[in-house]
Amino acid sequence: MLQVSLYRYNPETDQAPYMQDFSVDTGDRDLMVLDVLELIKADLDGSVTYRRSCREGVCGSDGLNMNGKNGLACITPLSESVKGGKLVIRPLPGLPVIRDLVVDMSLFYAQYEKVQPYLQNPTPAPAIERLQSPEERAQLDGLYECILCACCSTSCPSFWWNPDRFVGPAGLLQAYRFLADSRDTATEDRLAKLDDPFSVFRCHGIQNCVNVCPKGLNPTKAIGHIRTMLLNRAT
Amino acid sequence: MRAALQLAQSGYKTAVISKVFPTRSHTVSAQGGITCAIASADPQDDWRWHMYDTVKGSDYIGDQDAIEYMCSVGPEAIFELEHMGLPFSRTEEGRIYQRPFGGQSKNFGEGGQAARTCAAADRTGHALLHTLYQNNIKNETVFFNEWFAVDLVKNQDGAVVGVIAICIETGETVYVKSKATVFATGGAGRIYASTTNAHINTGDGMGMALRAGVPAQDMEMWQFHPTGIYGAGTLVTEGCRGEGGYLVNKDGERFMERYAPNAKDLAGRDVVARSMVLEILEGRGCGPNGDHVKLKLDHLGEEVLESRLPGICELSRTFAHVDPVKEPIPVVPTCHYMMGGIPTNVHGQALTVDAQGNDALIPGLYACGEVACVSVHGANRLGGNSLLDLVVFGRASGLFIEKSLREGIELRDASQTDIEVAGARLEALNAREQGEQVSPLRHELQEIMQNHFGVFRTGEFMREGISKLADLRERVENVALADRSNAFNTSRIECLELQNLFETAEATAVVAEARDESRGAHAREDFTERDDENWLCHSLYHSEGKQVSKRSVNFTPQTVETFQPMARSY
Repeated sequence: MLQVSLYRYNPETDQAPYMQDFSVDTGDRDLMVLDVLELIKADLDGSVTYRRSCREGVCGSDGLNMNGKNGLACITPLSESVKGGKLVIRPLPGLPVIRDLVVDMSLFYAQYEKVQPYLQNPTPAPAIERLQSPEERAQLDGLYECILCACCSTSCPSFWWNPDRFVGPAGLLQAYRFLADSRDTATEDRLAKLDDPFSVFRCHGIQNCVNVCPKGLNPTKAIGHIRTMLLNRAT
Repeated sequence: MRAALQLAQSGYKTAVISKVFPTRSHTVSAQGGITCAIASADPQDDWRWHMYDTVKGSDYIGDQDAIEYMCSVGPEAIFELEHMGLPFSRTEEGRIYQRPFGGQSKNFGEGGQAARTCAAADRTGHALLHTLYQNNIKNETVFFNEWFAVDLVKNQDGAVVGVIAICIETGETVYVKSKATVFATGGAGRIYASTTNAHINTGDGMGMALRAGVPAQDMEMWQFHPTGIYGAGTLVTEGCRGEGGYLVNKDGERFMERYAPNAKDLAGRDVVARSMVLEILEGRGCGPNGDHVKLKLDHLGEEVLESRLPGICELSRTFAHVDPVKEPIPVVPTCHYMMGGIPTNVHGQALTVDAQGNDALIPGLYACGEVACVSVHGANRLGGNSLLDLVVFGRASGLFIEKSLREGIELRDASQTDIEVAGARLEALNAREQGEQVSPLRHELQEIMQNHFGVFRTGEFMREGISKLADLRERVENVALADRSNAFNTSRIECLELQNLFETAEATAVVAEARDESRGAHAREDFTERDDENWLCHSLYHSEGKQVSKRSVNFTPQTVETFQPMARSY
């Protein structure tokens, strides 16, 4: 039996959040953490609340804090997360909790929207695709794959402090995804919008984002590139 | 999202109701690509060749006017996506990279394998969905995220004038009034126990449509994807075989050479899936139980795998505990795609049939993507055609609605009674004190569908399944809430989803039993031949009285000669 301790909070009935313990029969299988949550919801307590969709690590719904580390429940096996026979599951840190493991991601999405996460190129498009060499396209690898799960931004102390003013690792990764795109012509405008003490420069290179990204992306590196572009622009 | 984008750009007030944040939708899981004759890999490529392949792939019950529209308009729709920023992989010439996929040919089947599937590595769906969402942000589309559409509201003329929707976060329930309601609610793979589909693919559009008296077309046609990871069900793209991978049995034999001597592992998905099951049934399956086969990729080399199929390497290591660079991946045919759905014309307008059997429009209702049956996939969808389908017909719906709004849409307002009728199911669920829990009921449903309506089907066994479903109906209708809270109550949503799954499953079951022939994905052991005399047509399922009728297939494309039905071989 696996001992699971779950963060519970229902705003309608609970004054404060609490931890609830469950014993889950995993049949000694190396299940994913999401499977364990599904077992709890199906067999033990139907009111346990969390988000999930694809169950294969591409939709980004089930970012959670498992034994202290952010990750996606659907691709985190028990063998990697259980410590001392116990699994403690909490919502992603730093965002308001709506209920149980579901957090309010409005601030996170607002920062994403702030970087204008869409291609900008006012020149008339050709009748076919805009051409891009494989080398130019390779600049987008490690950037476009972001699934907006918020594991990175919610592990970032700078984002905890200033979620309204520091864009955060996820948003900045996407900012750089468009700065790095040979087809995008809004570089100057994008940089101007980021050029303040908070949007980018609150990053202190702690690299929690790199450590937790379930897709193996490196927001710190992307932020480094943006810093360089901003500094070059200033001189 | 493509329809919403079109409408947002037109300046008309547009709102998207989505039960998940939009980038969590199942399109995100599409891997291999989007098939379209953009003439990058082959400058001679022709959309008519793509049309030929699609008609043949459909086993001749795809509507040729719709397929013609999709294949000919496709390139424009793909280039638009590229202009929006979709990060396609590239060729040395800087054009969009295209890879070979199953069922693709040059020169109307005469010129060998084509490479027609436009790809963003093996994350094309992710790239597509994010690009569409990003452009909706750009055009300031209004999103009601984590709102769940419960049921259609119809006015006294039978026109659809909006939906009842519930805010998942707060439980607030409202009537959303609209002049045009577009379903882009996706598939329902969760009717089966083993599926590549996300948890959220619960046939919500089908459930709403069937309860509102809209018929469902070709619901017996479910695609079993050849390569779901054994045990986990997660998808491994056909692009693996497009890049040169192939299937082997326990003897290491490349068995598809026997079943499809020309196309081999790139035959139609229905053909490959059946061949795999036959290998397993004849004792040549892999593993201690001999219940799967293997997909061999290691001969392609680490460089190709990491650059062209990075997501597959990741998935395989996570879910199969196998590194495809070194070992083959255990795979098994897995429920993947619903070819059937709400019948529509090429403008996305939902159709029913009148008393004389003629097509009749359902005012106010549109459908596109997997929930629609326009029908471009007929009895078997070709890989890479689903993304094209949803982009082309999402766009077409948007364009048509924009034009209609400009000309003026006049629908009578729903009365209080109309709204109450639509809200009745949710009201009943909220009021019910006693009943069974959602999870065991869902499990039971999935087992019935898995066992009685799988890759191979027989009449007797299906009738048994239908009778089990009939017993299950009342219990599903009386499902009880495990949780009565208004705050982010996923238990309530799961109950509503279960009822949608059930409607979809029953439609599938009844029509599968009725179609007594084998065609495309519908393989009957008791009727092994295709029967063009009786069944070269769509099936229609009417929820009232669980009746099945037939609807003709369109054989009159506008600009090319009709492709006549032929024996289908690869």
